[in-house]
Amino acid sequence: MPVWTWTGLKAGKAATRWPQRGPDGQDGVLGMPRWDSAACRTGCDACAAACPTGAIQVNAGKAEVDYGRCIVCQRCVEDCPEGAMASSYDWAFGVRRREDLLWKKALDSRVGQDLGKRVARSLRRSLHIRHVDAGSCNGCESEIGALDNPFYNLHRLGIFFTPSPRFADLLMVTGPVTAPMHAPLLATWEAMPEPRLVLATGTCAVSGAPMDGGYAGGSGLDTLLPVDVWLPGCPPNPAALIHALLLLLERMPQRVQGGHYGAG
Amino acid sequence: MRYNDCALRPLRATDLPAVAQDCVTAGMRFQMAWHDWEEGQCVVRYLVSQGNRVPFLLLEVRGEETLPSLAAIVPLLGWYEREMRDLGGLTFTGHPEPFPLVIHEGFSLPLPPLGREGGKGRLSGEYMPPTMPEVQGDQVQNLYWGPIRADVVETGEFHYSYIGEAILHYHPRLFFKHRGLEARFVGQQADAAVFLAERVSGVGSVCHALAYCQAVETAWGIEVPARAQLLRVILAELERLYNHFHYFGLLAKTTTLKVGSATGFLLEERVKQLAAQLTGSRFLRSLLSVGGLRRDLQAEHLASALENISDEGDAYLTRLHQTASHLDRLMGTGILSKEVAFDQGATGPVARASGLDRDLRRDHPYAAYPHLRFDVPVRAKGDAMARSEVRAESLREAIALLMQASGHLKAGPVRAEYIVPRGQQKGLGWTESPRGSLYYAVRIRDGRLERVKIKSPSFSNWRVFPLTAHGTNMMDYAINEASFGLTIAGCDR
Repeated sequence: MPVWTWTGLKAGKAATRWPQRGPDGQDGVLGMPRWDSAACRTGCDACAAACPTGAIQVNAGKAEVDYGRCIVCQRCVEDCPEGAMASSYDWAFGVRRREDLLWKKALDSRVGQDLGKRVARSLRRSLHIRHVDAGSCNGCESEIGALDNPFYNLHRLGIFFTPSPRFADLLMVTGPVTAPMHAPLLATWEAMPEPRLVLATGTCAVSGAPMDGGYAGGSGLDTLLPVDVWLPGCPPNPAALIHALLLLLERMPQRVQGGHYGAG
Repeated sequence: MRYNDCALRPLRATDLPAVAQDCVTAGMRFQMAWHDWEEGQCVVRYLVSQGNRVPFLLLEVRGEETLPSLAAIVPLLGWYEREMRDLGGLTFTGHPEPFPLVIHEGFSLPLPPLGREGGKGRLSGEYMPPTMPEVQGDQVQNLYWGPIRADVVETGEFHYSYIGEAILHYHPRLFFKHRGLEARFVGQQADAAVFLAERVSGVGSVCHALAYCQAVETAWGIEVPARAQLLRVILAELERLYNHFHYFGLLAKTTTLKVGSATGFLLEERVKQLAAQLTGSRFLRSLLSVGGLRRDLQAEHLASALENISDEGDAYLTRLHQTASHLDRLMGTGILSKEVAFDQGATGPVARASGLDRDLRRDHPYAAYPHLRFDVPVRAKGDAMARSEVRAESLREAIALLMQASGHLKAGPVRAEYIVPRGQQKGLGWTESPRGSLYYAVRIRDGRLERVKIKSPSFSNWRVFPLTAHGTNMMDYAINEASFGLTIAGCDR
């Protein structure tokens, strides 16, 4: 028996069965900081001053948090004198509505996952993805590439990458959309058959942060394409990517509502 | 006010070619070139390595915006000059390739973003084909591939002129991903901008952040505590480890060795998971800071956590090295001669596979590397096989370094106290990243960054790579590219 076949068989299955059971592989991975607004001191803007992307802003003494601009750098956690910002393992941040990444005091009574448009039944167990790098740092590509490694083994979920936009159901975009990538990105979208879905992958693609506002960088997909799921993270880890994909296919519930994790 | 302990040599532009020729004749290697504006005056600097453990030489031309191109004498400078022209608005006379590089044909900015007046406006324009040599002939075909290509890959546009299987000319057009990072640093607080350095190249987060921090620390005269120095080595070698496993996964994929490929990617995943358990980030981000580390890490037990990965990694590399079908595709593929590697600026494992024995960790030591023992693997052949052998050995060295460094750890502070000085300071920082030499040059005034230059290893190796593709064949192209282990984000910035 050829040596590689033998070693492959001997090694056995490496794939996790998450999300059904088994590990998600993200032990210790820090997610978006949790904000406890009750612990916040009025007149203090330490977190906003520390935040390098403007995800936290203090307006008229009130902090506003936009997780769509968060790059998980944990600076606000370090600089908050009151412990109102706490490190967490909240990384499954895929949402259907961009507004759900904005922290809100009073939560909507409507449930987040009912708000998205329904995906065609035929897509739910077989989804083909066309990935486009619109100016990422390669962190997102590294994690998207990891989806095909034996541990996550994306195929087990009926999700595949395809080279041709003609065969693709989903456009997975990374990066802030730099000027030279603008036209190729839209051309890829045009080439896809309907129904076509879009996943804004990583904080750059969600809001452009921290790459927006420069002479070359764009500001994400907001005004460019109709986004079906927004997934901030810098980069989103492979389990967060799987969660976002299954959320899109209505196979997993949304975890975040009004910036609160575990609501929905 | 100098860059580190560099030997400074002020020059007039007219003297540049003669001095550059002297440097080359003396066997010195140009590392990078960049421009700056100081008190409204244009300053162009060339960083030259004079030899191991000898301070760098810095050639400096002040007050001139039109310089003679050195590309004919030092070919590797060709790209730096084109970049300075695109981004800084400088002129280089007699350039053998006077075409745009960073700002594509068809795109423009109202003012050069790193020019005298600073950046205004945004990049805009429409796609135009790049300037290419005209390749004509009876059966010559032209293939334009990209910028969006098959599979999950970074954006880049590759042009081939070929007959049948034979590649006559190959031209990669990069910089679709140019995010203007050097300009983005300008105006930031120097001690708060580490997050940007971490995002220049995602799979090089540690090396970029480390080179940046070291540049600022040198500028401000900060001594980093011993424990932080060792932990920095641990972070850098963990990054090397997952990058090299990825390299072998990808290389085996191109030689259609499915299980070999899956094993490489699985080992990469396990190192990333270990990194997350140790630091909270799979990319080892949010840890490095000016002065040391943001928080302490419990890395004392790293050796036992690495044991399985070490054993399996070793068996994996041995198995790859015994697979004839894999090695057949690597031997004699994409040969890079020592002369071309030197002239065109190859770096890292690519340079070492072509007989250039260079490694910044040993030649210009930083962090805790002077206190650790490690070998620098070198090969002479310069083919894909040699490149993979160098990577395999340096993967094993990375594991040995991790074990050694974690064994040396002693309790102590991980961050130096410092006061941000007033006035102007300059500093250079460097690391030997998994892909080769990485430099940061920073100029700071009153705590804020005024100029940051980034030289990433892929910027060097992308320039070299096409020279190994001309005259080869299509079947070998993907293998050759994988054997270089390139990234695009770091090159494009």
